[in-house]
Amino acid sequence: MHGDDSISIWFFIGVSLVVNGVLILAAGIYQYMNPPPVAEQVVLFQLHAGIWWGAILLLLGLFWTIRYVPSRAMVASKN
Amino acid sequence: MSLLAAALFTDRLVHLTTTDFVIIVFYFGLVLAIGFYLKGRSNTGEDFFMAGREMTAWIAGLSFLSANLGALELLGWAASSYQYGILAAHWYWIGAIPAMLFLALVMMPFYYISKTHSVPGYLKLRFGESSRALSAISFAFMTVLMSGINMYSMALVMRLILGWNINVSIWVSALTVAVYVTLGGLRSAIFNEVLQFILIWAGALLIPILGLIEVGGWRQLRDRVAQNASVEYTHMWSTLGSFTDNPMGIHWTGIVFGLGFVISFGYWTTDFLVVQRVLAAKDLRSAKMAPVIGAAFKMFVPLIVILPGLLGIALLPMKLLPESQAIATGGHSYNEVLPLMLARYCGPGLLGLGITALIAGFMSGMAGNVSAFSTVWTYDIYKAVFKKSATDEHYVSMGRWSTVIGVLVSIGTAYLVMSFASIMDYVQALFSFFIAPLFGTVVLGMLWKRATAAGGFWGLFAGTASSIGMWAWVKADPTALRYVALSPNAKDMAENMYRALWSWIVCVLVTVVVSYMTKPKPASELAGLVYGATEIPSEGDVPIYQRPAFWAVVVTIVFVILNIIFW
Repeated sequence: MHGDDSISIWFFIGVSLVVNGVLILAAGIYQYMNPPPVAEQVVLFQLHAGIWWGAILLLLGLFWTIRYVPSRAMVASKN
Repeated sequence: MSLLAAALFTDRLVHLTTTDFVIIVFYFGLVLAIGFYLKGRSNTGEDFFMAGREMTAWIAGLSFLSANLGALELLGWAASSYQYGILAAHWYWIGAIPAMLFLALVMMPFYYISKTHSVPGYLKLRFGESSRALSAISFAFMTVLMSGINMYSMALVMRLILGWNINVSIWVSALTVAVYVTLGGLRSAIFNEVLQFILIWAGALLIPILGLIEVGGWRQLRDRVAQNASVEYTHMWSTLGSFTDNPMGIHWTGIVFGLGFVISFGYWTTDFLVVQRVLAAKDLRSAKMAPVIGAAFKMFVPLIVILPGLLGIALLPMKLLPESQAIATGGHSYNEVLPLMLARYCGPGLLGLGITALIAGFMSGMAGNVSAFSTVWTYDIYKAVFKKSATDEHYVSMGRWSTVIGVLVSIGTAYLVMSFASIMDYVQALFSFFIAPLFGTVVLGMLWKRATAAGGFWGLFAGTASSIGMWAWVKADPTALRYVALSPNAKDMAENMYRALWSWIVCVLVTVVVSYMTKPKPASELAGLVYGATEIPSEGDVPIYQRPAFWAVVVTIVFVILNIIFW
């Protein structure tokens, strides 16, 4: 879904995942370094889901963003 | 900030951090930005109402599924799986997959070749104006009700989890949807639905992953569910031999014929909300492939909807209650199971993404309803009844205005829906009123050349009237349940399924009888509309792995295996 002069939806999705991934990863690292009191921790806090889930989203987002960045997509469609 | 917070927030399940707020605000900013970006690409009727008919199979397929992943899917079915167990997964497998594949391989060619703008538009081509009018009016009515239900569900969750004021939630989300759909039309709705689909998975998939880790795997989950509820809660088919052996009070005939055939085929093949997404595909092969892609993903939605409900039975320390009891006792209701699981596992950032996933679900459902309403109102009611000949620009303008009005009516509906105790049962009742008979009319129209205009109209009318009549009968006299649902033990969902089945049968019988009593159209007028009078274009010389039929077979095999595993 991208013509010669339009931005692909996958680019928007990539940007969204990059922003969410960075924020979640950063929050996860902060919690790892400054753990909240046990009473305030979520269940399975010790798995630090924010770190690995944030990293996964970031990598996926980077893939889509770079693959569908408008200038690159336009060059690809002209070729 | 503190004054604003005091105005917005009351008691809450969780507290959002700054990171969570940034994630939510960024999401709202992005969907609005997409709407503004696409504004310049929605100037003609084809662009605004049909997204230019240039969507790839993937975009159309994901949008087709996402439009259905609204508030009711995420919250309602998680609640149903807590209440009824894994039986709720029938709505994702037998209640969806066969119908989606039937739409792809059998019905899509007729919708696509006829170049109709809508399902009521197809009925006009096949059966004439009266059938279109009846179908369009009932669809418009159902759509704004559904949209209102979505809004109410969203506001409920926002109040529960975040303590947000219910009015603020309804108005903020509704106006956001109104802005991006009004600006970019169907293209904007589809773009955002694909984005929302990805965000829903990104935000919701962590719950089953962490839940299964906590409980120790599927086998332990099954044992805990059996211990906390009943062993029947983890079986899909083996308990359906009798109405009294399963938590839903249903027989396998109701699941197979009522849900798997009538309700499912009615919804997935004739509800314009979902069919509109596929009509926007760029060519016939993409239009056929899109529902197959949707079906492939649909099979795995229970991971983020049904599984959290089961995990709630196994892991939550409190017992969830029906809505009315929860309100009376101050406890938590079934509808809160997904938010409770979210709060259980998600810390800062993840919580913001989880909330965004829920909001995305609500907004994709609302946008689907509103964009479909706008198309049907403009083409099948306004253009057909009020202004037959006007410029394309005029109809686009009407489309934008009807989007805004549709949102406002939906907001009014949301306030009405607040008085209903069970959200899902209400929706199922609506489906059986309108969707089941419509499927009878459309499928006979596509597959039977002898069906006449009078047959189509009177069949649709009789089916709808009989469904409403049966519903009113049981309401007035609850003992009538033994006749409508074949058992006095049937629960609401079972009743809805049997009522749908009877109304479909009434529709088909009346259509056939009236058609034989009236004069059919000549075959030359049925070209492009009916099987046997239409030449289906070749898909070209493409390899087998690019053919929709091949992937439909693959999906069917996985579907059968899943049902056997969870038998």
